Amino acid sequence: MYKKLLYTATALAFVTGADAQEEKVLNVYNWSDYIAEDTISNFESRTGIKVNYDVFDSNEILEAKLIAGSSGYDVVVPSAPFLERQIQAGVFAPLDKGKLSNYGNLDTGILERMAAHDPDNAHAVTYMWGTTGFGYNINKVADVMADAPVDSWDMILDPATAEKFAGCGITVLDAPTEVFGIVMAYLGKDPLSNERSDVEAFKEHMLKVRPFIKYFHSSQNINDLANGEVCVAMGWSGDMLIARDRAAEAGQGVEIDYVIPREGSVMWFDNLAIPADAPHPENAHLFIDYILEPEVAAAITNYVFYANANSASLPHVLDEVKNDPAIYPSDEVKANLFPDLADDHRFTRRLTRAWTAIKTGQ
Amino acid sequence: MRAGYLPLGKRLTSVLEPFANSVVGRFVVSIFGALGITGRTGVISIPFFWLGIFFLIPFAFVLKISLSESILAIPPYSDLIEWGEEGLISLHLNFGNFLFLLEDDLYWFSYVNSAKIALISTFFCLLIGYPMAYGIARASPANRNILLMLIILPFWTSFLLRVYAWIGLLKNNGLFNNILMGLGIIDEPIVMMQTDFAVYLGIIYSYLPFMILPLYANLEKLDGTLLEAASDLGCKPIKAFFVVTLPLSIPGIVAGSMLVFIPAVGEFVIPALLGGPDTLMIGRVLWDEFFNNRDWPLASAVAIAMLLFLVVPIMFFQYFQNKQSEAS
Repeated sequence: MYKKLLYTATALAFVTGADAQEEKVLNVYNWSDYIAEDTISNFESRTGIKVNYDVFDSNEILEAKLIAGSSGYDVVVPSAPFLERQIQAGVFAPLDKGKLSNYGNLDTGILERMAAHDPDNAHAVTYMWGTTGFGYNINKVADVMADAPVDSWDMILDPATAEKFAGCGITVLDAPTEVFGIVMAYLGKDPLSNERSDVEAFKEHMLKVRPFIKYFHSSQNINDLANGEVCVAMGWSGDMLIARDRAAEAGQGVEIDYVIPREGSVMWFDNLAIPADAPHPENAHLFIDYILEPEVAAAITNYVFYANANSASLPHVLDEVKNDPAIYPSDEVKANLFPDLADDHRFTRRLTRAWTAIKTGQ
Repeated sequence: MRAGYLPLGKRLTSVLEPFANSVVGRFVVSIFGALGITGRTGVISIPFFWLGIFFLIPFAFVLKISLSESILAIPPYSDLIEWGEEGLISLHLNFGNFLFLLEDDLYWFSYVNSAKIALISTFFCLLIGYPMAYGIARASPANRNILLMLIILPFWTSFLLRVYAWIGLLKNNGLFNNILMGLGIIDEPIVMMQTDFAVYLGIIYSYLPFMILPLYANLEKLDGTLLEAASDLGCKPIKAFFVVTLPLSIPGIVAGSMLVFIPAVGEFVIPALLGGPDTLMIGRVLWDEFFNNRDWPLASAVAIAMLLFLVVPIMFFQYFQNKQSEAS
């Protein structure tokens, strides 16, 4: 009997001891198709930490889980404006940069841009970044209009040009804040505006091109562009590159190109952050530090074709990826890119309402 | 009272007797006894318990959120009850969310539009489903099981996949357009995707089994001798259908129509996948409030208002129906 008690006590001591050191588990919630095949398994075999890797496909779904509380995740990957608002809502714990030995590998230019979302870069490390532009079907566009302005938002936002492509299909992202910034830049206004009058101007302009837009959707455009259902699709860089590759693989003669229009566009960031109620914050720091290793970051970029924020990784990135201006745009192009900052509640409501009016006419 | 015809309560008691005599059993019985719950009320209370946990409590939560204010925090709404100093309790109820629904005609318009789409879909489900249910009910017992199986079979595939399959059929270079163009019937593809037509098709297709099954259950029980009597009295089969079968199947029609209409009003997935950007339904508005505006309180108010919008007419309908059946 006493022996049994002794065993139990020893077992208990082990359990609590391990707890103080944190159990060897890490719960990661990342975007789908957004990591190299061996990133997780290499981390597991090196550290002995078991990774539960879940995926999501929209910021809204991630946000709903985070603001409901107790999500159970240790590392999540929100996009910048969502991260910004979630920081304000108290979702994230500040990073302990002393535990991130590879932090110095980060691109200072990107750190600076991200500081607009995350003051002092206190809560997040940029995972991958990209741009918002449009993909277009080279042959079909040339058929419709030989001298089409393929380097400009005119393709979608100029009513006279858009009318020509309505027949072969124009699609727009269902992302009101990004489209708002783009339309502001196109009209020569401040893309970061929070003015009520600008929402009106935005709505007025969009209604002029509305009859020529086939649909507003943020993922359907990949397939439709690749198999020739649509001609011009506003989209995120990575998605449009997937469409380009799928079209090439299918061999049906569809050729896709991705453009960052000259009027300027959105530069977006997806970021690793640790929820304040994460059960394994120590392991989360280990994981983020691992992702910051040059070889690991480069391997992910080589696999998913998104630019990472890790300057030290560039020597390990494949030339075809590094030299693709659609993935790593030139400094000139970058100068024209602006962030998609989080808006206050009142502005968001006004913009969503205008967006519904644009889409439905109601 | 003859043996074998024991009332349900007693039969249960005899089954439960070994349990009731055990230590745990005696403990449970004594607790229920102390609460004044006998075996009979205990059995009846199970469905109420179920409704309480899975309907009333969640509903109360949604109602609570609809009366709060949206804030930037976890969770993203304010507390209704505040515990102040010296035992002061203050209650904050915000009816602004409901008033806001009246301010902007977007909400009213989308409720009405959802109801319209649901009503038209229900009508077509009835039009297609009634003959099918009738046919199955009149089939030989062996065939009947096969036919019923065929009705239920689609449920073995995920609902989402089946809606996606329609995209493959309806799109510009999809199956239908390719066949029609191959046969030379049309030169240009007919635009079917992203139209209201596709939404109706999707809803009717998805909800048809919910119309057929209650109708079948009703028609199958129909007393065939009534039709024989009608025929003996010189009534033609078509007339017999309209004066005998149809009136007797009204409960089945009502049950099937409710099962189609109610979920169709709140449908989100089908219009999102098959509909165009201008297909405005209340499910989409709710999504925008919840995910784009991050306004859980207003989203909850939209949900509560939808419930009232649906439940009140249905209760009126039931009330009048009960009155009618009492009168006859």
